[in-house]
Amino acid sequence: MSKQSGVPPTMADTSANVTGSRPGALSDGFDVARLLLKGRAFFALIAIIIVFSILSPYYFSVSNFLTMSSHVAIFGILAIGMLLVILNGGIDLSVGSTLGFSGVIAGFLMQGVTLKALGVVLYPSVWVVVVLSVALGGFVGLVNGVLIARFKVPAFVATLGVMYVVRGLALLMTNGLTYNNLGGQADRGNTGFNWLGFNRLLDVPIGVVVMIVIAAAGSLVLNRTAFGRWLYASGGNERAAELSGVPVKMVQVLVYVCSGMCAAVAGLILDSQLTSAGPTAGTSYELTAIAAVVVGGAALTGGRGNIRGTLLGAFVIGFLSDGLVIIGISSYWQTVFTGGVIVLAVLLNAVQYRRRVKRPSATDGQSPSQVTGGSAKLAGPARERTAG
Amino acid sequence: MTTLPPAPDAILSARNVTKIYGSTHALKGVNFDIHRGKVTTLFGENGAGKSTLMKILSGVATPTAGTILLDGEVVSFASAAEARARGISIIHQELSLAPNLSVRDNIFMGRELRTPTGIDFAEEARQARALMAELEEEIEPMTLIEDLRLGQQQIVEIARALSVDSRILIMDEPTSALSASEVEVLFRVIRDLTSRGVSIVYISHHLEEALQITDYAVVLRDGSITATAEARDIDLEWIVRNMVGENFDLGSPPTGYAFGEVALSVRDVSVADASGTNSFVVDRMSLDVRAGEIVCIYGLMGAGRTELLECVAGRVPMAGGQVLLEGEDVSRLSIAERIAKGLALVPEDRQRDGLVQTMSVGENLSLASISAFARRLLLSPAREKAMIAETIRSVHVKTAGGNAPIGSLSGGNQQKVVIGKILTTGPRVILLDEPSRGIDIGAKAEVFRLLAERAARGLAVVFSTSEVAECLSIAHRIIVMRRGRISAQFGSDVTKEEIMAASGEAVIA
Repeated sequence: MSKQSGVPPTMADTSANVTGSRPGALSDGFDVARLLLKGRAFFALIAIIIVFSILSPYYFSVSNFLTMSSHVAIFGILAIGMLLVILNGGIDLSVGSTLGFSGVIAGFLMQGVTLKALGVVLYPSVWVVVVLSVALGGFVGLVNGVLIARFKVPAFVATLGVMYVVRGLALLMTNGLTYNNLGGQADRGNTGFNWLGFNRLLDVPIGVVVMIVIAAAGSLVLNRTAFGRWLYASGGNERAAELSGVPVKMVQVLVYVCSGMCAAVAGLILDSQLTSAGPTAGTSYELTAIAAVVVGGAALTGGRGNIRGTLLGAFVIGFLSDGLVIIGISSYWQTVFTGGVIVLAVLLNAVQYRRRVKRPSATDGQSPSQVTGGSAKLAGPARERTAG
Repeated sequence: MTTLPPAPDAILSARNVTKIYGSTHALKGVNFDIHRGKVTTLFGENGAGKSTLMKILSGVATPTAGTILLDGEVVSFASAAEARARGISIIHQELSLAPNLSVRDNIFMGRELRTPTGIDFAEEARQARALMAELEEEIEPMTLIEDLRLGQQQIVEIARALSVDSRILIMDEPTSALSASEVEVLFRVIRDLTSRGVSIVYISHHLEEALQITDYAVVLRDGSITATAEARDIDLEWIVRNMVGENFDLGSPPTGYAFGEVALSVRDVSVADASGTNSFVVDRMSLDVRAGEIVCIYGLMGAGRTELLECVAGRVPMAGGQVLLEGEDVSRLSIAERIAKGLALVPEDRQRDGLVQTMSVGENLSLASISAFARRLLLSPAREKAMIAETIRSVHVKTAGGNAPIGSLSGGNQQKVVIGKILTTGPRVILLDEPSRGIDIGAKAEVFRLLAERAARGLAVVFSTSEVAECLSIAHRIIVMRRGRISAQFGSDVTKEEIMAASGEAVIA
């Protein structure tokens, strides 16, 4: 604290890129503990790779990394959408169901749509299927967003409800069965669905490419657009953001739409990888996505976190569980290990953010806080109060 | 500093107590005595350090330096519970009751009367009822706190303090929510308590009322005790003089230019009470402010200042009336639209409403005008950085740079960031709700100088305050609010006493 206020402006302080100063990416101090704390997701990933490379001769190879990465892609894409929601201070429990539902819709469309009135069967081409499925994901997100922003339903409850509804709809669509024929036929002009799951671009699985594209776009949005700044601000302090003219409601709705769309994209890739569209696909994936965001250093209270961390989080979880499979550890143990990693991550987040808020804000204790009108029922200030 | 011996009848004394929060000295070597079996009243403006001193005496906070003497021996309380065990209770300004529990459960919260099989609810209820009878308040012990009026809740809070057999009872603004008859009851209870040997520390903004009940008066200003006297030797004027002080200069109204057109016109604006009763916290208020004019709104807590300003800014809904900005009706616009048109608010509570703690100084500064740095879709970091550097210079923020965490700044500098953020939006009218709250005197003067400068360039400024001295600084016109209405308007040649009289704080013949 005292160190901060007395320091004269240094070159590093004034010349560093302002938009690069996301919490967690500050470049002050070089002591090892701090470095380890900040880069914990990265170091955890390195440690995981080293340990499993020692334990198994098959782990350390480009082809294995690419295979594991294509597993990670599904969670990575979900986690990016989840990150936006968590930055806003919300949570989206419906992404697993949305993934399943969008996948089922895609599978349904690939089977051909029978229009009874006209007596024809339409076979939409793959890009139409993709657009419709992603739009559907976005619509589910819109429902979440409107419930939360407009009708003030707590995010946890709203998305929990939507999670059940959407999963139910997916089961209804297929009567619980799975669409197996997604390949399409050349004469119907709807081939190419398998491209998502099986093709490679310069040897990199398409799913991974999609994840990288989404991550890059997400990074750009977060760091270089007004929307990104609005998102960080309204997640950090919604009241202050609103009074600064930030359209907080719109931001809130949009993050859920983005999350829903990410879930739909993940659903398409998963269907394509599995060559089938099942209504139970993606069950409990929302929890893995949340875990990846948390392991990546984002704060569940909102306002802190970034795409890079979230991707690292997804890789940590993915490479860990695949590694455990490769060395032949029981899947029950995998669950235990994954859980342990998540708890450890949250613990470290608490350590990191406690250090940041510990600086007492001079006014908190000094002025007799005068509550004139307006309710003080807020989640945010609780954190600040600990500072005084 | 020489250590004064405690007064002969002092039960609890503070000696050379200093409290430092970050870079702010909330208390500077305070000597304070609580007289046994008497009422000692602590007077002082907001931010003078009254609450801090009380927190230290009641074990809620620990002093940075100095000692506390209880019955002549040095004590240090680790917690409020420890102080309570020694017979010291505090009734906070903000109530600390659980609204979802009953009166009985609140009174016995944390020290339930246990039996081998559970809690002796019957005995608790009996004692609660007895306490209520003593306070002449007809509240059933099983009533939920949330069903009580605020004044009744205050009574429950007092009952809770009485129920632990306190020897010393600290009351921080106990009457602010009470009706006149409830105040009378409270005073009767206080007299009864002192006759039983209980020592009372009383804090109130209602000076007259406090003078009625108190035996000793102590005045605190900017963290130091400025005067101590027995109540029979003093009058209101004495208190006001010592509270406000004579010699600090917060600037004078900028002159040498003519006001422009009416920039902000508030017409018959009403704001409904948030608690859902049919009353209005702002009652058909009208106000015109010209470009270049600085208007100060003075009023006690609950006078409706905050509600008026928040309503004009679009934060709270208007129950009636109209807000015109340069002749254009903006009553239906959102906060963001009003900011775009040039009407913006610097909120009262900068921690809660002004700053985003998770963002840096620079990001906070550019937040309100962020879309101005966008080229097509993407922001231009270079332009943003230039603007941040420019604002840090122009509003004199003392910071290590735009990347510094906002929490590393002192209160005054944080406030400058909030003001700077609003100024970058290029407002025509700026509303500031208690801009000087919780910042030191130097920063206050700087903030006022900044506002005077902008006003001279044509900005219409409206600021509210609960400190009389601030009314007499840069404002061209002073408006006193009382119960949601304008009770008086003055030019800059008014006296402190006139302002305080109009606010209902003190009537001086």
